[in-house]
Amino acid sequence: MARAVVTLPAQARRGEIIEIKTLAAHPMETGFRRTQLGELIPRDIIRRFVCSYNGVEVFRVDLHPAVAANPLIAFTTVATESGTIAFQWIGDNGYSVTETASIRVE
Amino acid sequence: MTSRREFLILACGASSLTAARTVEAQIDPNQAALRKAAYREALRKVVGDAQVRRGRVKLQLPPLIDNGNSVPLSVEVESPMTAADHVRAIHVFTEKNPLPDVVSVTLGPRAGRAGLSTRVRLADTQTVTAIAQLSDGSFWSDSADVVVTLSACLEEGLI
Amino acid sequence: MSICTRPCLVLAVACVLLDLRAAGAAEIPPAERRSGYEFMGRETRAMQDDDATNPGLLWVLDGEALWKRKAGAADRACADCHGDARASMKGVAARYPAFDAALGRPVNLEQRINACRTGRQKAAPLAFESRDLLALTAYVARQSRGLPIDIAIDEPTRPFLQAGRETFYRRQGQLNLACAQCHDDHWGAKLAGSPITQAHPTGYPLYRLEWQGLGSLERRLRSCLVGMRAEPYAYGAPEFVDLELYLMWRARGMKIETPAVRP
Repeated sequence: MARAVVTLPAQARRGEIIEIKTLAAHPMETGFRRTQLGELIPRDIIRRFVCSYNGVEVFRVDLHPAVAANPLIAFTTVATESGTIAFQWIGDNGYSVTETASIRVE
Repeated sequence: MTSRREFLILACGASSLTAARTVEAQIDPNQAALRKAAYREALRKVVGDAQVRRGRVKLQLPPLIDNGNSVPLSVEVESPMTAADHVRAIHVFTEKNPLPDVVSVTLGPRAGRAGLSTRVRLADTQTVTAIAQLSDGSFWSDSADVVVTLSACLEEGLI
Repeated sequence: MSICTRPCLVLAVACVLLDLRAAGAAEIPPAERRSGYEFMGRETRAMQDDDATNPGLLWVLDGEALWKRKAGAADRACADCHGDARASMKGVAARYPAFDAALGRPVNLEQRINACRTGRQKAAPLAFESRDLLALTAYVARQSRGLPIDIAIDEPTRPFLQAGRETFYRRQGQLNLACAQCHDDHWGAKLAGSPITQAHPTGYPLYRLEWQGLGSLERRLRSCLVGMRAEPYAYGAPEFVDLELYLMWRARGMKIETPAVRP
């Protein structure tokens, strides 16, 4: 199952600011909706998104139910060195997804 | 989303944009007051007693949205993003959603630019506010007004 | 106000505002046809255009994985017979619904996929609107993105096209509305703040913001029928497939946008 999609350049110049776009497959159930029978559907959302560059956290987002389903998180980071950029989504009910991408920096 | 059903926006015909100025969202007054109070409390938790100045932050939302379930939002803060002068955090709040917090970003000079693009849920026509916390401890903000209408045919539970 | 009365209120207002002449007014001239894409806000259009931000892509990727997965008693994957979908499925979705000789009537893309599942893979058919069927349909249809809709109408398909056309023009439901009254006669006007589109199914399956997920054309049609307080047909019902045939034929020449994004 495609859990997340990340889009970023495979290579960049040192010091260049690169754009990163991420999409995660998740219903982001708010906890405010009810079933036909009136029962509250419990909250089930992604709580946190963390981007790490060669192990160093460079961007973090705390999400709340107001974030739409299948959340898009688009941001920038400085291409400092070649290596691995890691993306982690953590949420309710043990939800944890990690994606990585390699980047070559000249 | 059942909470949205409680809001009746009667934006009829081509005059929906001008009509919005005079149309008031019909939320239960107690609930509106509670949500406003929750919004102020959420703001206070982040800002404390510090002054929040308008400027430096650019919050962008479509003025008339296609669907309140997914509203594209983009926030940018003017900053050199150096070790000495950068944005530490960006917070987005609403005043009429069931909960005031939308999203909080923690960042630093490695971000290059202080900004975020995402998609949010908005329960009603309202003002969305973004607060940026700078490395020098100052707070800056921007707000955007959005008109939210409901889908003409709500199918939830009927399909 | 309760859930059930909201659509009634909206459409009651619409009935007052719309001049309900008998259905059967002119079809939209081919040159004036516009995709639902053009009725959306700039930001929603951007969401569709960029693969990095289009949530429909999540289903397309799932479909790609399913395409390669062996299934059923025959232990076969779609790829085993059809190879690379980018080549073999190019143009397919633009031709559907298409006539199925064995059944003697047109079938839609979902039914065609299920026919392969049961007939070739010897697997159980996928349920309509299930994540797997939506993913596979989205993946197949994605291979026709940018291609013009090309529905072949010949002797065998003509009666089904006619049946679909009749459904489009027939008044239905408690509100006694025909599809044509909104989508031929009043496209461009507003229904409770949302623009009425011309109802061309150029991007299905699509990500609908109202659903917060990907869904099929039939799901969208059921939603309309329920809104009109008419009895919705069952998934895969001949009335639906005939109507889909008519709608796709009505949109002939327009480009496939799958996976589209719509409000």
